[in-house]
Amino acid sequence: MKRIKHLLLAVSAAASLLSAVAPAAAQSNEQFIAIPSYRVGPYGTNGQSYYGGYVDYLNYVNLKDNGVGGVKLAWEECETEYNNAKGVECYERMKSRNPVTRGTAINPMATGISYALIDKTAEDKVPLLMIGYGRTDAVDGSVFPYAFPLVTTYQMQVSAIVKYLAGKNNGSLAGKKIVFLYHDSAYGKEPIVALQAESSIGKFKLVEIPVAHPGNEQGAQWLRIRQENPDYVIFWGWGVMNQTALKAAQKVGYARDRIIGSWWAGSEEDTVPAGDAARGYLSATWNVAGRDVPVIADIEKVVYGAGRGNMQDKNKVGSVLYNRGVSAAIATVEAVRTAQDKFGRGKVMSGEQVRWGLENLNITDARLKQLGASGLLPEIKTSCDNHEGSGKVRIQQWDGSKWVLVSDWIEGNKNLIHPLFKASAARYAKEKGFTPACMK
Amino acid sequence: MLYREAGQFKSSYIADSQIFPLRQDRIGFWTLLMVAFLAVPWLASEYWFSAILIPFLVFALAALGLNILTGYAGQLSLGSAAFMAVGAYAAYNFQLRIEGIPILATLVLAGGCAALVGVLFGLPSLRIKGFYLAVATLAAQFFVVWALTKFGWFSNDSSSGVISVPRFDLFGLAINTPVRKYLFVLAIVCVMALLAKNLVRSSTGRAWMAVRDMDVAAEVIGIPLMRTKLSAFAVSSFFCGVAGALYAFCYLGSVEPDGFSLDLSFRILFMIIIGGVGSILGAFLGSAFILLLPILLDNLLPPLAALLHLPFTNATVSHIQMMVFGALIIFFLVVEPHGLARLWQIAKEKLRLWPFPH
Repeated sequence: MKRIKHLLLAVSAAASLLSAVAPAAAQSNEQFIAIPSYRVGPYGTNGQSYYGGYVDYLNYVNLKDNGVGGVKLAWEECETEYNNAKGVECYERMKSRNPVTRGTAINPMATGISYALIDKTAEDKVPLLMIGYGRTDAVDGSVFPYAFPLVTTYQMQVSAIVKYLAGKNNGSLAGKKIVFLYHDSAYGKEPIVALQAESSIGKFKLVEIPVAHPGNEQGAQWLRIRQENPDYVIFWGWGVMNQTALKAAQKVGYARDRIIGSWWAGSEEDTVPAGDAARGYLSATWNVAGRDVPVIADIEKVVYGAGRGNMQDKNKVGSVLYNRGVSAAIATVEAVRTAQDKFGRGKVMSGEQVRWGLENLNITDARLKQLGASGLLPEIKTSCDNHEGSGKVRIQQWDGSKWVLVSDWIEGNKNLIHPLFKASAARYAKEKGFTPACMK
Repeated sequence: MLYREAGQFKSSYIADSQIFPLRQDRIGFWTLLMVAFLAVPWLASEYWFSAILIPFLVFALAALGLNILTGYAGQLSLGSAAFMAVGAYAAYNFQLRIEGIPILATLVLAGGCAALVGVLFGLPSLRIKGFYLAVATLAAQFFVVWALTKFGWFSNDSSSGVISVPRFDLFGLAINTPVRKYLFVLAIVCVMALLAKNLVRSSTGRAWMAVRDMDVAAEVIGIPLMRTKLSAFAVSSFFCGVAGALYAFCYLGSVEPDGFSLDLSFRILFMIIIGGVGSILGAFLGSAFILLLPILLDNLLPPLAALLHLPFTNATVSHIQMMVFGALIIFFLVVEPHGLARLWQIAKEKLRLWPFPH
């Protein structure tokens, strides 16, 4: 025992000395993409599908088209466990591995991490992708040149949901009552300002009910909802909170088809565990589920056919989150392509060049069709004023076994929401003490 | 042979009461400081500053704070993250709302705010002890996070509750690069560690330890319980508050109330348990262990797996990392239940006899 003890002590001492380990960095003729992912921890199941889709598409581009304009894509994952401090460590580590190109873009899929990185990435000239999450006032590219809350933001999403609900009530929600049930965090609180603006215009009554993290006990909240008896519940949940809410709604007898969730509360991971309680539940989404989208089917054939698939559970190919990962990867790759069109085809793009690509992104329906991604995600056209580029969502309904689309693309009320972003971004610039300006 | 006190005579009380009575210790300590202040800024990369050294120092400071309360004064607390949150948000508000306030004043004021909150939540310690007190400090943990989320004023009405810290400078020198941030944090941590060391050697520290060992006996010999316990809470929270402010200002750059969760409190508690309860050095060792070991494993495992041709995915590596980390915690605690600081002490004692142990 004593010898083992000494041995172990010696080994641990040696290990603590041996800290200078630097594995080979990506080669200089490859486009490097840093992926701070999470596949373990409380949100690991979500991350597995999302990053599975992301990596599969990058692999697909490499296998099918030999990269972007002949430049192969290279990437490295780093486990963040959805933890801010680990995310920062990952970012610094990946940056130190790749000092030359500094990576194409970084996509942590965690609002907290993206907040922690927003200043650092701008200083380091690394584009920060926050596709459907993150700091929403980064829509204003003159204040946040390197941050891209692409496709759509929480505020635009909630505005689109209100529009959808109004559409179901002959265009007006006047006199109705809507409960906003939300995860009491940055994620859940962001839409409130937009909802309040909508409620003062649309003249409906808004009741805000927070749920403390992690939200696996919601008896009190749903009792209150039953007392209030609202016409609709708009639901901003995350992780285990989602299935709990659906079960609690069933218990108090609130109709599920009057609950409408955000896109982080609208995946198979949320509805399947809730079982029968989820039937009829509505949610927003900015990407479509299913394997019948040509690009998804092709990924299955090319990537999984070659035995390079990233998903351990292949059944989840085509799920909402998997397809979201693919959609996010499409936006990333298209940004590189746009940058190459401007700065030279077949070259490795720097962070600054990809930033230009992201700010001048124009993914039309025709382009989506070429990619085999027709209808998978909305059209995206960005500019310095608008790092969001779309602001459209669709509404889907869970039929007990799969998500069924029940609306076309709905755009939020841009004239109402975007000035809110502008004001918030301007305040940020003032706090930080700089003058906003668009980058060329 | 090399490490012993033979031949070192002390001819004054001052010489006898210095922190490191042994010349060898003094030389080692000053060398360490020289390396930290002069060599490291030249040698370390940006990654080392931003991802390893700065968080290490910040958490060492927080652990130091908790160690004063739990290790020296014997009051178990689960609210360290809350006091850090108070420090971080207070510092943010002072910087934001008072034009041109120096950063050092901000840090002291932020620590002061945390100390006030600490005293407030320390009041139950006058009546309850041990695990019951831990539960009472748990209230601080939840209350502070709730209050920071609930009242928009604290975060300057940011819609998400997230604050992002403004730029700041020290005597006109902008603290904006990783090296400068590191040196700034290092200087503050050094000063505060010195302060802590001298506090626990003073009559205040002796009073804390007397209360820790037996509060009835301490009261009998004339130590005022209320003042002693509350001063421990105040000093401890002050340290945690400053650590929180540095956490926001020099490490992450933007924080949200949820970031200061119970998880963080537990991490700090584990740091002092593994590093050594009731030891200044222990706070540093514990912080290094809890913070750096996972990163080391993260860096070590993938090349190792590649070397042995093991088909490890990222997720598997993470799982293995957690298992190894857990096993090492248990191993070190079994080897030395009094923590790494005690291990270091034993090593020093052995070194004195080396190479002729009897």
